[in-house]
Amino acid sequence: MRVQEKIIEGLLWLSAAITILITVSIIWVLLSESVLFFSEVSIVRFLTEKEWTPLFAEKKFGIMPLVAGTFLTTVIAIAVALPIGLTIAIYLNEYANARFKTFIKPLLEVLATIPTVVYGFFALTVVTPFLQSFIPGLAGFNALSAGIVMGIMIIPMISSLSEDAISAVPRSLREAAYGMGSTRLQTAFGVMVPAASSGILVSVILAISRAVGETMIVAIAAGQQPRLTLNPLVPIETITTYIVQVSLGDVPHGSLEYRTIFAAGMTLFVFTFLLNNLSFWIKKKYQEKYD
Amino acid sequence: MNIKHSKLEAINLDAYYGDFHALKSINIAMEEKAVTAFIGPSGCGKSTFLRTFNRMNDYIDGFRIEGQILLDGRDIYTDDVRVDELRKEVGMVFQKPNPFPKTIYENVVYGLRIQGIKDKKILQETCEKSLQQAALWNEVKDKLDKSALALSGGQQQRLCIARALAIQPSVILMDEPASALDPISTAKIEDLIYELKKDYTIVIVTHNMQQAGRVSDHTAFFYMGELVEYAKTKTMFTSPKDTRTQNYITGRFG
Repeated sequence: MRVQEKIIEGLLWLSAAITILITVSIIWVLLSESVLFFSEVSIVRFLTEKEWTPLFAEKKFGIMPLVAGTFLTTVIAIAVALPIGLTIAIYLNEYANARFKTFIKPLLEVLATIPTVVYGFFALTVVTPFLQSFIPGLAGFNALSAGIVMGIMIIPMISSLSEDAISAVPRSLREAAYGMGSTRLQTAFGVMVPAASSGILVSVILAISRAVGETMIVAIAAGQQPRLTLNPLVPIETITTYIVQVSLGDVPHGSLEYRTIFAAGMTLFVFTFLLNNLSFWIKKKYQEKYD
Repeated sequence: MNIKHSKLEAINLDAYYGDFHALKSINIAMEEKAVTAFIGPSGCGKSTFLRTFNRMNDYIDGFRIEGQILLDGRDIYTDDVRVDELRKEVGMVFQKPNPFPKTIYENVVYGLRIQGIKDKKILQETCEKSLQQAALWNEVKDKLDKSALALSGGQQQRLCIARALAIQPSVILMDEPASALDPISTAKIEDLIYELKKDYTIVIVTHNMQQAGRVSDHTAFFYMGELVEYAKTKTMFTSPKDTRTQNYITGRFG
């Protein structure tokens, strides 16, 4: 019996240790390859050059075009997902009856189970032609339709987490609002949403983090042209797309070109790491304490 | 019992939660500018009854009523009554203090803001007046911009009363307003109720016999969804007619 306990304990410890080990080794690989990259290309060049052409004869190593592409698609995605997701959360909490809510919430989460590659060709073959019918200057590959579809993908993330945040607001506050003669709308926007604001903010940050790291949709629908622009109508490239492009190409291992993907990966990791920590910090610091 | 001017009235009122018959043909009229206390053991329907006067039960799935509730002689359950307007007339103070997670000032003027009042002077005057009426002004006048959640429980409850007063209702419903408070805060709330009845019609649910005795003019005893006895508080506590009332107020059950 004793031995059995020990073995089980050991196995549990092992699975925890393996997870941590894998995380650490990923960071280690990212770091060590990035260090090699930055020994050849200075960080200043990396951050200030306005072009990203590591695969061309005349090499430029400015990450900013990729950051701009990532930023652009993310902003569009959030601009789509936040209003819709929040509206859904408020509707489910303040208006929908309980039976409808239990029916609709899992249905919404189906959106999150669609493979991103499907979203990608949906953007390319449905959304882009549709947008082109009334935006004449829209290129075949563009940040706009990729961003919109990415927004649709993260709607359930925002609606679900915000809904949890709003329903965690004590019933007594809702009663206080109604008792003062508030309409449902006034209760929702004047009391419930502000009281749940930290949770809603966390949902948005996690959604941003998801959008920043999203690969397939932008790789398919946004083009692969690093460009320092905030114009959503032209082809761009995001950090993730660049990594895919190089990983699948014929760049020799160990070359400087090859190491660019680790530098790009490191940049991406720093972004998402900061965002996730920010959300964790907000959750801890600003969560209203109700007893 | 003789009611000079009836502010609130229930006529043949039945209430149900799904199949559960929570209130059974209640008939009662409540005096204007007086304090009426509802007493009775837990689950007797007194809170449910209180909440029918501002239609707070409307959002509960499966809740329905039969019969009439009259405010100033007008049925408040007809289709043309706007619930939000009704609740500006019939304010409510809850069992647990429930200030909004906003500043003290914003809590008091909340009711005015949702009515679209933006005039700073009106807001500030109302804020001061309401806090004074609620006997809280002196304690908070220097920290109106601080979070209401930083106040003590008793202060929070008086803030909730000030918040209710700010929209100038004519009726204030109180659902065990002091049950979560310490004895000193309770005494302050009771003094306040005594002051407020000069201008407001107050209905209070309480578990505390002494409290009912101290603050109310009339007392209604509920048991198992029925209104057992309704009389002047003094009469009820000295010579109850029904044995169930007698048993309850002497502490034999409940």
